[in-house]
Amino acid sequence: MEDILRLVEKEGRDIERIASKLGKRREEVKEIIERAEREGVILGYRGIVDWEKLGKSEVIAIVEVKVEPKRDVGFDFIAERIARLPESIFVYLISGTNDIFLLIKGRSIDEISSFVSKRIAGMEGVKGTETHFVLKKYKEDGIFFEEKAEKRIPLSF
Amino acid sequence: MRISRRARDIRPSGIRRFFDLLTKVTDIISFGVGEPDFTTPWCIREAGIKALEKGYTMYTSNKGLPELREEISRYLEDKYGISYDPENEILITVGVSEAFDLAIRALVDEEDEVLIQDPSYVSYRPCTILSGGKPVPIPLKEERDFSITAEDIEKKISSKTKVLILNYPHNPTGSTIYKEELLKIAELAERRDLIVISDEIYSRLIYEGEHISFPSLPGMKGRTVLLGGFSKAYAMTGWRIGFAAGPEEIIQAMLRIHQYTMLCAPIISQISALEALRNGEEEVSEMVEEYDRRRKLITQGLREIGLKCVEPKGAFYIFPSIKETGLSSEEFSERLLLEEKVLVVPGNAFGENGEGYVRICYALPREKIEEALPRIERFLKKL
Repeated sequence: MEDILRLVEKEGRDIERIASKLGKRREEVKEIIERAEREGVILGYRGIVDWEKLGKSEVIAIVEVKVEPKRDVGFDFIAERIARLPESIFVYLISGTNDIFLLIKGRSIDEISSFVSKRIAGMEGVKGTETHFVLKKYKEDGIFFEEKAEKRIPLSF
Repeated sequence: MRISRRARDIRPSGIRRFFDLLTKVTDIISFGVGEPDFTTPWCIREAGIKALEKGYTMYTSNKGLPELREEISRYLEDKYGISYDPENEILITVGVSEAFDLAIRALVDEEDEVLIQDPSYVSYRPCTILSGGKPVPIPLKEERDFSITAEDIEKKISSKTKVLILNYPHNPTGSTIYKEELLKIAELAERRDLIVISDEIYSRLIYEGEHISFPSLPGMKGRTVLLGGFSKAYAMTGWRIGFAAGPEEIIQAMLRIHQYTMLCAPIISQISALEALRNGEEEVSEMVEEYDRRRKLITQGLREIGLKCVEPKGAFYIFPSIKETGLSSEEFSERLLLEEKVLVVPGNAFGENGEGYVRICYALPREKIEEALPRIERFLKKL
């Protein structure tokens, strides 16, 4: 099962490919994937879109949040509240100077700025924020953002 | 302008018109290539980059880098149990194309006859003609899975026959030759004193059974020039790097021509090929597995839409019959290109016996194959 899930992480839900890579029957792979989906071991599948290619701009920011530990208001409480905001994509509790790391996407710098200042910085227990805007994307979830132009000539022998 | 007789004698490609058409149609799905769709694995590209950084920009020995010859010798020993002396029996060339040209030039005199599978890769015939030799086609039959037999070969042997060219796994049909038949061909080569040029560029792309290298057959090392390369297995077509291995006398004759014409293969490509042999195995296996998935997909797909085809055993080609459509190979390919924007190569580009077939190269992502199949089906239904 573990070998199948490792490939799901890499290849997505490509049953055919996973089966032939592992030398397993298609049906067996399908069954295991479906069970993992039912049991919530596989949480979902996502596509990776390069919006720039469509001329659409997308602003990404990494926000580090410093939390004031108080009685009754622990890290979990704040992190979960942040995670529930639809704008947040990744939310992690981290070691180091700051405590919570989140990645958010928005349509403009203004949108993100106002989100950070109003929704995050204003939260009870948040002591401060540090926002880093992403300037260029190189790789996301193991996938490179690079030109995939057809480099082959159309006919060769 | 007076062009040499030999240059004039090379027939222009029979499918010139089809070529011209190509520039006019855009946004096509092309099954017309003869190369992998993968980029060279990163470790190999990186070896090339590092070599450039370190300033490897000079000639190498005419024979090629000693380390690369040694590594090839080791590879052939491990894989097929054939021992070649890296010093005198291996030559690094600019792709198998150059190796083939050298082998023919080293072996063929005026009037010598050269036996060539028909259909076959497009260079064998013109290179033979350029050497003054006479190409003699050996027709491959669909009913025998396009696999050549000793019997087919023997029928075409004359007192002038000197060389037999074998190519397996085979371009354009994807066929191979199995051990039983290879032994018969070896026996025939011995009995009729043939020199064999064995083009095994697709040796790593084999999906059923094992590839058996011709010089590994009893008595054949002494009469075979083995041609191999990196283009197909390691997705290195643009690097232009290959090799020839064979009896010292022939390799040394090839070296004499090579040193006055090509001098040596590009050093960056040689260094990268060395990396490929040392560390490329895992990526090769992954690519081969993917070709195999595509092979199954296209074979089944073509059969389902009503094109008769022999299941390919190696390389990345399938050679379906289009005889039932009543169209010629060129008509079929032209109309499929214009009407459905799918490019296949007319079978007659590979020899007379390719008429009635088209070559489909399935070195394309499966999504593309799946997109193209309904287009071909729609085209067939219109006929």
